[in-house]
Amino acid sequence: MARINLDHIRHAYGPNPKSPADYSLKEVHHEWNDGGAYALLGPSGCGKTTLLNIISGLLQPSEGKILFDGKDVTNLSTQDRNIAQVFQFPVIYDTMTVYDNLAFPLRNRKVAEPEVDRRVREIIEMIGLSDWAKKKAQGLTADQKQKISLGRGLVRSDVSAILFDEPLTVIDPHMKWVLRSQLKRLHKQFGFTMVYVTHDQTEALTFADKVVVMYDGEIVQIGTPAELFERPSHTFVGYFIGSPGMNVLPARIDGSSVDLDGQKIALSFAPKIPAGAKTELGIRPEFIKLGREGMPVTISKVEDIGRQKIVRAQFANRPMAIVVHEDGEIPSEPRVTFDPAAINIYADSWRVGAEG
Amino acid sequence: MQKTWNNKAWFMVLPVLVLVAFSAVIPLMTVVNYSVQDTFGNNEFFWAGTSWFTDVLQSDRFWDALQRNLLFSGIILAIEIPLGILIALNMPKKGLGVPVCLVLMALPLLIPWNVVGTIWQVFGRVDIGLLGYTMAALGIEYNYVNNVFDAWVTLIVMDIWHWTSLVVLLCYAGLASIPDAYYQAAKIDGASRWAVFRYIQLPKMKRVLLIAFLLRFMDSFMIYTEPFVITGGGPGNATTFLSIDLVKTAIGQFDLGPAAALSLIYFLIILLLSWIFYTVMTNSDAQN
Repeated sequence: MARINLDHIRHAYGPNPKSPADYSLKEVHHEWNDGGAYALLGPSGCGKTTLLNIISGLLQPSEGKILFDGKDVTNLSTQDRNIAQVFQFPVIYDTMTVYDNLAFPLRNRKVAEPEVDRRVREIIEMIGLSDWAKKKAQGLTADQKQKISLGRGLVRSDVSAILFDEPLTVIDPHMKWVLRSQLKRLHKQFGFTMVYVTHDQTEALTFADKVVVMYDGEIVQIGTPAELFERPSHTFVGYFIGSPGMNVLPARIDGSSVDLDGQKIALSFAPKIPAGAKTELGIRPEFIKLGREGMPVTISKVEDIGRQKIVRAQFANRPMAIVVHEDGEIPSEPRVTFDPAAINIYADSWRVGAEG
Repeated sequence: MQKTWNNKAWFMVLPVLVLVAFSAVIPLMTVVNYSVQDTFGNNEFFWAGTSWFTDVLQSDRFWDALQRNLLFSGIILAIEIPLGILIALNMPKKGLGVPVCLVLMALPLLIPWNVVGTIWQVFGRVDIGLLGYTMAALGIEYNYVNNVFDAWVTLIVMDIWHWTSLVVLLCYAGLASIPDAYYQAAKIDGASRWAVFRYIQLPKMKRVLLIAFLLRFMDSFMIYTEPFVITGGGPGNATTFLSIDLVKTAIGQFDLGPAAALSLIYFLIILLLSWIFYTVMTNSDAQN
């Protein structure tokens, strides 16, 4: 278990990167706490796996340093960093039994056999493959194989960190929940530093204390699920987190008043906008009140998803989503008001605060 | 799903049936024909029953040649398979080295067999051959013409030079199909180089190795051209394999009956051994 420092890390896959666009991973400079559960969330190709492989040592960063508990490990091998990693697709040793597969990382490190047996039994119980212990791993189904991969990642008790690279992709939805809550329990019990890569926001938000949102090779925000929801610091976070995502509307800002294509809203603060920046207003569908007062909207569609209704509407010539409670009425001449506390202002896609 | 029965399909496979009949079945049946009859020419045949078969099976000539075949195949398999794996493991995985290595590896396979024989026949000659002359100059006694051991060494080295590439290419294809994640996981699990080979590479190469093993066994068991060119079966009968013996019997002595019986026995031995190897080597898969 270790605190992980990423010290001005950058990575390019090609040789001699020149412009920032050549970098698959733009500058990352962060400290990750010992014993934290982090989720790396972002769309495919945003650099999540690159960052993960840099932490595990499978990849050498082009620039920057990695420190575990203050010790520089940039030039150390994966084995010396003492990292466990679980990959997206199952990796099993065909010719070994399920038991031997799980014991493999321990035996390679010369752990005493009684301790190996204790750890393997514990993990095999957890992943629910006790009955298969003596069977060859070859004939198992894909999700059983992935459980073995997962088990091999968890079997060592002394690791600096456990990294997961979308480990539940091949597992069926019900089992996903079970395994995720077991991981969570394991994290609470042993306090491993865990980093979990995923493109599934539910997975990220339920697993992690802190979610690291990545976009286009950059970390755009690190925060608790609540922070990401209420104060997305980049329009991408607003759009990516939440279902439906945040409404982002082009806006003209003048002091503390906002002009949304003719509709004026007064802010409780005066954001300081850099000159020439593209300004936008962000408001989550949950914080828009649909009623008989406020600004007019045209409703185009209502989607009933059980406990809530999602109203698709046109507001100031822009599409907008509004979440209405299942009993909420939809007036014939609908108007909307925004919860002032939930309004975020963005300049060139980045959030500007009151002090900003 | 509803199957449509259509007898026209037979018509479609007819060309293949005709081809197989003319290339395999009919020639084989003529051999069977010769093996149970005696002939003195003029197209006169006398029924001989199984006497040719008993003759062959009771002759020392047959058993000696069979032993030589088994020894030769055993030695070259024991060398070519591990050597092929070793070379494949050390071949470059990417870059310019890949095509260069592949072409170099494929070269010996492209040379006609009798040319391979001639190359080594000349190469090993004590008077003009590079190898033979060099050995003589270094004071090492080497002469494949009159020394049994030297003749065997020459044939074995030649076969390794000629055919190890086949094992290499097959193994290399097997290795190339292993996803990177396996090697990454092995690093994470702290596996040694040996463990990576034993638990990842070898299991993934198993199928191609089976093919390599069977091909090399069958080919080496039927070896004819190269020993015929290099040693002509000598010194004495030291390199007279079943194939050479067969040709001597059939064409040298014109004993068509015994030769036909020997061919059939030879064919059955190869078939039987290949089947045994195949069953034994695929059996471990079936146990799970």
